Amino acid sequence: MDADSNRRVFALDRALKAARIRGIVETVPTYRSLLVHYDPLTLGFSELGDRLLALLDQPASTENPSRHWRVPVAYGGAFGIDLDDVAKAHDISTDELIRRHSVPRYDVAMIGFTPGFSYLCGLDPAIATPRRAQPRISTPPGTISIGGVQAALQCLAGPSGWHLLGRTPVRTFHPQREPVFLIEPGDAVTFERIDASEFERLERLAERGEIVAELAA
Amino acid sequence: MSTLDVVTAGPLTSVQDAGRFGAQRYGLTPSGAMDRLSLATANALVEHPPFAPAIEIGPLKTVFIARGEPLCVALTGALRFARMGNEPCPLYRTFTLRDGDTLTLDAARKGVFSYLAVAGEMKGEATFGSFSVNARAGLGSPYPRPLQSGDRLLFENAQASIRERIMSPPVFGAGAIRVVPGPQYDEFGAATGVFFNSPWQISPTSDRMGYRLDGPALTHAGNFNIVSDGTVDGSIQVVGNGQPIVLMKDRGTTGGYPKIATIISADFGRFAQTRPRHTLRFAEIDVATAQQEARAFHALLQSLPARIRNA
Repeated sequence: MDADSNRRVFALDRALKAARIRGIVETVPTYRSLLVHYDPLTLGFSELGDRLLALLDQPASTENPSRHWRVPVAYGGAFGIDLDDVAKAHDISTDELIRRHSVPRYDVAMIGFTPGFSYLCGLDPAIATPRRAQPRISTPPGTISIGGVQAALQCLAGPSGWHLLGRTPVRTFHPQREPVFLIEPGDAVTFERIDASEFERLERLAERGEIVAELAA
Repeated sequence: MSTLDVVTAGPLTSVQDAGRFGAQRYGLTPSGAMDRLSLATANALVEHPPFAPAIEIGPLKTVFIARGEPLCVALTGALRFARMGNEPCPLYRTFTLRDGDTLTLDAARKGVFSYLAVAGEMKGEATFGSFSVNARAGLGSPYPRPLQSGDRLLFENAQASIRERIMSPPVFGAGAIRVVPGPQYDEFGAATGVFFNSPWQISPTSDRMGYRLDGPALTHAGNFNIVSDGTVDGSIQVVGNGQPIVLMKDRGTTGGYPKIATIISADFGRFAQTRPRHTLRFAEIDVATAQQEARAFHALLQSLPARIRNA
């Protein structure tokens, strides 16, 4: 899992999109592989393979369109029930843990598992924390978590074995909003600490379909 | 205007069509009918396109009541007793539900899913081009969840005048479920032999997300956690305790377990119709043969309207 292979995945994904090959249904970029869904009635496996290999050899011809999002997060308490434990495990204060978590510029390495669940690369290695032995059956929508050397921004409630540091009111997936999906794989994310009342305010706006994450210049 | 009211809905009963595509890169799984051949057959009988939305009905007892103008319907898929009032209803043959008629489907005796297609337009709104229910994402129409008692499906332009039409149940494939090697196939070493030489039972804890397979544990030399990558319908992942799980239509779009094999798309519906505790085997074929089978399956779907006879 490294940033360079992830960048190569996105470069291939963009090149493939630009090549407009008939028979490709959709693609799913992940950490270090690109899944290509195609229609075998239109496009043969070996023909597709040849074209992909040819695209891999070409230097990236299209510009990287990635954006940088500032994502507000309410940390600790009921928002992030594992914040204190994780701080203790690393023998630092919760403020220091929040600082170390919110400073980096993370890359959205992939989106998967459930709608809008964004896997982030770029966690400070000093706060990397092994996953929980017992995964939780359910974690709240908007949960911001870390597991091993990874960080995540999830949208929907769902099971998780990661450590819950906080929650964001940002909805990366909102079926009644345009765009339905806010963040693209390959975008960048930085977290900004907010308090509980600001969370409640933004949460109400986000529910109505407003976008409460800001684009960094 | 006509309606079909849900009196009792067994689990795994929902509106499904071909599914929604184009947003797997955002974690949105396609969903869609578990058995596309049975969906397309029900639709052909009521003169719909193959993957028009229809009601996918799970294996347990389900009851509807019709209201309003007469509805011409067709029921395909799992073998089960169905009756209208006290009159037995035929499978793979159109019949008419009139105002106040109760349609009762008993528990399936063979197979898992039935498909009920209603001539006319089901009222609803497509998201990403599909009515398919994906409860986890809160998508699907007219209800973004499985059907439950009290739900009402509305149909416009109900074509009750369709002549009675009948078709012999189409069959695709028999025996072992055919697979191609999965992306991590090579890491399984000797376990691939165990996989292909063992009988497997579908676990009762299976659903539209995944079918668990009971059998010998598949151990392998590598790590059971891989760097997450993409999944497809029919991906067979092997979790930490060595149990294979076949990813079905409501699968996660990505996964962190190694995948030993992939069920070919042409055999997916037949696999999906395999009942819990039933035994099956897997057979390996190459990608070229799998593509040939995909073309043959497509040709069968295309031929369905021509196989219909007037009763």
